[in-house]
Amino acid sequence: MNVVRFILQNRTQVLDLTLEHLWLVGVSTAFAMFIGIPMGILIAHRPRLNKPVLASANIIQTIPSLALFGFLLPVPWLGARSDRLAILALTLYALLPIIRNTYTGITGVDASVVEAGRGMGLTESQLLWQVELPLAVSVILSGVRIAVVISVGLATIAAAIGAGGLGEFIFRGLAMVDNRVILAGAIPAAIMALVADFGVGYLERRFSAR
Amino acid sequence: MPVDPTTPVIEFRDVSYCVGNTQVLIGLNLQVARNETLVLLGRSGSGKTTSLKLINRLVSPTSGEIRINGIPNEKLDVIRLRRGIGYVIQDVGLFPHFTVERNIAVVPKVEGWPDDRIRARVQELLQLVGLAPELASRYPHQLSGGQRQRVGVARALAADPGILLMDEPFGALDPLTRDELQREFLLLQQRLHKTVVFVTHDLREALRLGSRIALMEAGKLQTVLPPHEFIRSSDPWASAYVRAFGEGLESAANRGAS
Repeated sequence: MNVVRFILQNRTQVLDLTLEHLWLVGVSTAFAMFIGIPMGILIAHRPRLNKPVLASANIIQTIPSLALFGFLLPVPWLGARSDRLAILALTLYALLPIIRNTYTGITGVDASVVEAGRGMGLTESQLLWQVELPLAVSVILSGVRIAVVISVGLATIAAAIGAGGLGEFIFRGLAMVDNRVILAGAIPAAIMALVADFGVGYLERRFSAR
Repeated sequence: MPVDPTTPVIEFRDVSYCVGNTQVLIGLNLQVARNETLVLLGRSGSGKTTSLKLINRLVSPTSGEIRINGIPNEKLDVIRLRRGIGYVIQDVGLFPHFTVERNIAVVPKVEGWPDDRIRARVQELLQLVGLAPELASRYPHQLSGGQRQRVGVARALAADPGILLMDEPFGALDPLTRDELQREFLLLQQRLHKTVVFVTHDLREALRLGSRIALMEAGKLQTVLPPHEFIRSSDPWASAYVRAFGEGLESAANRGAS
């Protein structure tokens, strides 16, 4: 119960860091959706692009996160503020699940449905908005869910470059060899991941019920 | 737009289509007259589905042209062209996230019809294809195969196109339902007088529904004959087909006389 007492005693700081963490994850996920969903749609319609795009997203995923933060540090505009840098890195990591699931969702739409739509004279954009996206939305959301859960975990490492977030507690706790401090960062992060998982999962089920 | 009634509604002029080195269609010349039901008969891979897709430009020919009411279809706006042609396929392709009503209303909706006109049209079409009005609010997965294909036909007819393309529409149905839908198709055609191109590999269906049968084999048009001549034809491919289907074809071909 030492942990609970510690968290309560430092509740303003826990809250601040949680909000900071949420900001890192939220902004990076939004960017990743903004880039990843159109990218996934594009490669679903241009099969020649799908291998290079998915391979690039895969390679980014294999770069160890601490190394990626390090690589980006000397970049002029980015390095000036560590939260920019953290958001960029988190966005890059979130791209793969979002692109891949968008691609899978769109290409998974029954070919006869698309053919019927095209044959009836729907334009490509009508086909996308009225048929492909509504039918792919739950698969796309499951990609977003995976991306968010990964981001919540990865964002703790952003504290290593001074971007803040709940990782501050974790690194501080490691330095102090104090489990209470580590857990003050780890527990809220775990709760955040669970809540995000449940929340996006709920949306996913709502959309797939149709 | 005024159209000379003797102009074929659909005309293939020396149409060939290749994929890589494979010749799918070779030098197809074929005319479809107003209000007739032309059946494209042939086995899988004979090029009949490709021929159908050339009409609404889901596929473009390697050489030759397809004319719709005398105008090469390459010259028409592809979206307008397709909206003026009903398209029914074997897998139906209903939008699973739309109700029956919204499925039928797809083309009227994108054409910007007012809501009350759409609603009235949907009710009219449901009745036309023999579906109860309360099915309008159902989703495709709640329907039987036969009901789904009826919705498919209603959807194709929604904006009252002059031409109807049907690609083995009854192929996946059980024999009883298929028989029922074929009978209703004939009744419907008596009322609506569409220009229909109907693809099938079933000779019995071809004899029953077609005003003329175009027999295709390996990308070539072998012969075009009305049903009663088809069963007596000396054309080697036609007679091979007749032999394969055996007894009872006379009655199928003579449905008009009874």
